[in-house]
Amino acid sequence: MLKTFRIGGIHPPGNKLSAGKKITSIPVPRQVIIPLGQHIGAPAQAVVKKGDQVKAGTLLGESGGFVSANIHSSVSGKVNKIDNAVDASGYKRPAIYIDAEGDEWEDTIDRSETLVRECSISSQEIIDKIAQAGIVGLGGATFPTQVKLTPPAGLRPEILIINGVECEPYLTSDHSLMIEKGEQVLTGVTILMKAISVDKAVIGIENNKPDAIIHLKDLAKRYTGIEITPLKVQYPQGGEKQLIDAVVRRQVKSGALPISVGAVVHNVGTAYAVYEAVQKNKPLIERVVTVTGKGVANPSNFMVRIGTPVRDLIEAAGGMSENTGKIIGGGPMMGKALTSADIPVTKGSSGILVFSKEESLRKPVHNCIRCAKCVQVCPMGLNPTLLMNATEFANWELAEKNYIVDCIECGSCSFTCPACRPLLDYIRSGKGKVMGIIRARKS
Amino acid sequence: MENKLIISPSPHIHGGDSISKNMYGVLIALVPVFLVSLYYFGLGALIVTAVSVLSCVLFEYLIQRFVLKKEPSVGDGSAILTGVLLAFNLPSNLPVWIIIIGSLAAIGIGKMSFGGLGNNIFNPALAGRVFLLISFPAQMTTWPLPGKLPMDYIDSVTGATTLSMINEGVARLPSFADMLLGNMGGSLGEVSAAALLLGFAYLLVRRIITWHIPVAIIVTVFALTGIMYLIDPLSYADPVVHLLSGGLLLGAIFMATDYVTSPMSRDGMIVYGVGIGLLTSVIRLFGSYPEGVSFAILIMNALTPIINTYFKPKHFGGR
Repeated sequence: MLKTFRIGGIHPPGNKLSAGKKITSIPVPRQVIIPLGQHIGAPAQAVVKKGDQVKAGTLLGESGGFVSANIHSSVSGKVNKIDNAVDASGYKRPAIYIDAEGDEWEDTIDRSETLVRECSISSQEIIDKIAQAGIVGLGGATFPTQVKLTPPAGLRPEILIINGVECEPYLTSDHSLMIEKGEQVLTGVTILMKAISVDKAVIGIENNKPDAIIHLKDLAKRYTGIEITPLKVQYPQGGEKQLIDAVVRRQVKSGALPISVGAVVHNVGTAYAVYEAVQKNKPLIERVVTVTGKGVANPSNFMVRIGTPVRDLIEAAGGMSENTGKIIGGGPMMGKALTSADIPVTKGSSGILVFSKEESLRKPVHNCIRCAKCVQVCPMGLNPTLLMNATEFANWELAEKNYIVDCIECGSCSFTCPACRPLLDYIRSGKGKVMGIIRARKS
Repeated sequence: MENKLIISPSPHIHGGDSISKNMYGVLIALVPVFLVSLYYFGLGALIVTAVSVLSCVLFEYLIQRFVLKKEPSVGDGSAILTGVLLAFNLPSNLPVWIIIIGSLAAIGIGKMSFGGLGNNIFNPALAGRVFLLISFPAQMTTWPLPGKLPMDYIDSVTGATTLSMINEGVARLPSFADMLLGNMGGSLGEVSAAALLLGFAYLLVRRIITWHIPVAIIVTVFALTGIMYLIDPLSYADPVVHLLSGGLLLGAIFMATDYVTSPMSRDGMIVYGVGIGLLTSVIRLFGSYPEGVSFAILIMNALTPIINTYFKPKHFGGR
C-alpha cells in the first residue's frame, strides 16, 4: 500500500501535457517588471533608482522585515522606472521596470554547469546565504525560506520533508527539475538538512512520476540520509499538512506549525534554488515555469527570468489562440486567473495555464442537496457547505467554531459539488473575515 | 480579445458531477428491482410505477411553474426518482386515484412545501407512502401474491407478507431462496433482496452513496432481532428473515440514504443508521404494525439536523 494522507482528497485528471519536455530557456525579454512583493510578508524596499545600471543578480530591493525577502534583477540593463504594476493577485503593487541591454551577470555568480557537491559552511552561513539570495517557497506559497529554516525557540526539527508531489493537474515544473537537475536538487536537500541540523530527509513523489522516483532513488544512494517515498496519487497531497500526514503519519493541529510535529517542509524547486544560491552564489532570478493548456500549441517547461511578461511565455509555447478564455497563474485547482497577459512571472509562478472559452465557464449553481460529498473530500475534515452557509448569513461565530480558518483553499469541495456551488468562493471570503475578527480580539 | 479574459477565483476546473447524474444513477441502480417486480407483479407493477412517476413529475412541474413561479427543474431527475421510490413502496394492485393522491402528498407536502429539492426535511416518497398508509390502510396492506408476468391489476390474488405472517404468528414462511429472489407478497420494489443488493453495489461503485447508512441499519436490525431470536426462537423470527423481508433493504439502501434528509458526517451517518435499525426492530418486534422501516426513517429524518449539530466530520489534527 502506497502512503497518502488520511482525510478526504480527490482525483482530478492529471493532464500533464508538458511531462517529459526538456527545460528550455526562452530569450531574455526587452523589459522585465519585477514586483517588490513577490512573497508572503512585507514587500522589499527598493535600493535602486530610475536610471541605475544593473546586472543580472544585482540587488534591487532589500528584505523589508523578518518575514520578507530580497529581490534581485534578472537581466542586465537600466532601471526605467519604479511604478505600480498589476500582479497575479489583480492588484497594482510597486515594481521595478528594467529595460534589458545585453546579458551581463554579477561576477560573483558561478554560471558554469559544474556540479558542486561539497558544502563546508556552517548552518547559520547557509541560512544567511539563502536569505541574501531572496529564496522563497517555490511551490507557490512563496513563504521566505530563511524564516522556515529558523525554528521558534524550544522546537527542534527532526525530519526534513521535500515536496516533489506536484499534485496540481497540468504542472510539470518540479517533475522536470527532478529529472534534469536531480543531483542539484539532492545537494540542495543536503544543504537544507545541514541548515536545520537533521540527519533525515524524505522526498515525497506521487506515483504518477515513476521516472522521477527511479532516477532520484538511484542518485540518492550517493547521499546520506535522503529517502525517496512514492506516494499514492491524490490531490491535495502537496498541501504542507497533507504531505506531513502522508509521509510521517502525524497530523499538525489546528493553528500549529509543521515544526510542532518535528517536520520542516520545502519544495524540490526550493531545494534547487538553495543549491544555486549556496553553491553557485546565484540569487533567485529565474525559475522553471510550465506553460500548458489544451489551447497551447507546444506545452513546455521553460527556464524563465523573473519579471518576464506572461505573454512572452505563451508566445514561446506556440502563441495564444483566438479562443482563449482564461490565463491562469499556477495550476487549475489553486492558481489565480490573470487579468492580462502583461503580468510578469514572479518567484511563485509554477505554471501558466491557458484555457479555452469553453473551459473557462462555470456551470449554473443549484440548491445544495446535502449530499455531503464536499465533507467527504475536504482534506482538513471540514464541512464546506456549512461554512458556505455561515459565510452567506454572516454567522462568523458558527464559521469560527467549525474551523473556517483551517481551510487550505485547495478547492476540492467546489470541484466535487454536484450542484456546482461556489463553496470555496464563500469560504475564502468568510475565512478572511474570521481571521480579521480573531486578530482584532487578540490586539 | 485581451480585455475579454475571464476572471474567477479558483478552482478553475470541475469534476463533472451533477445532481442529475446522481439522480439518474440511483434510477439505474433501481432497474434490477423494477425488472423483478415486473416479473412477479406484471401489469400491476407497470401501471403503479408509470402512474406514480408521471404524476410526481407533473405535480412538481405544476407547483414550480404556477405556485412557486420559478423555472421548473423536473429534468434533474429527482421527481422521477421520488415517483419510482413511491411506487416501489406500494402494493401493485393499488387503484390509480390513490397513487395520484400519494404522489401529490409526496411532491406537494413532502418536497415543495419546504421549498423544493434540498430543503425538505422528510424523504418525499416516504412522506407520500405514510400519508397513504394512514389514509387508506385497507388498500395499502392488501398485497398481491407474486405470479409470472401476471396480466391482472386491481383484481389480482392477494395474500399476506412475510412480516404480517410473523406478526400474526403464521409458522410457514417463504423459503430463503424465495425471499432472496422476491417470490413473496409485498410492495412491488421490496421483494427481491438480490436485486436490491445488486443496486447497492452499483451505488457504491459509482460513489453515489457510501456504505455507512445501509450497513449501520442492517447490522443493527440483524443484531437486535438476532438477540431476541436467541432468547426465544419460538416467538421471534430468525434475523435473516428480518433482513430479507419487508422494506428493510429497500429502505436502508434507497430511502434512508436520500442525500437531503440524512446526516453529513460519517459518524452522523452511523448514528442515524443505528437509530433507524433500532426503531425498525422495536416496531417490528413489539409494535402493532408488522413493518416499521418507513416510520423509523421518517423519525430519524426529523432528528437529522440534531445529529448534524453533534456529530461533526473528523477534523484534521483532532480538535
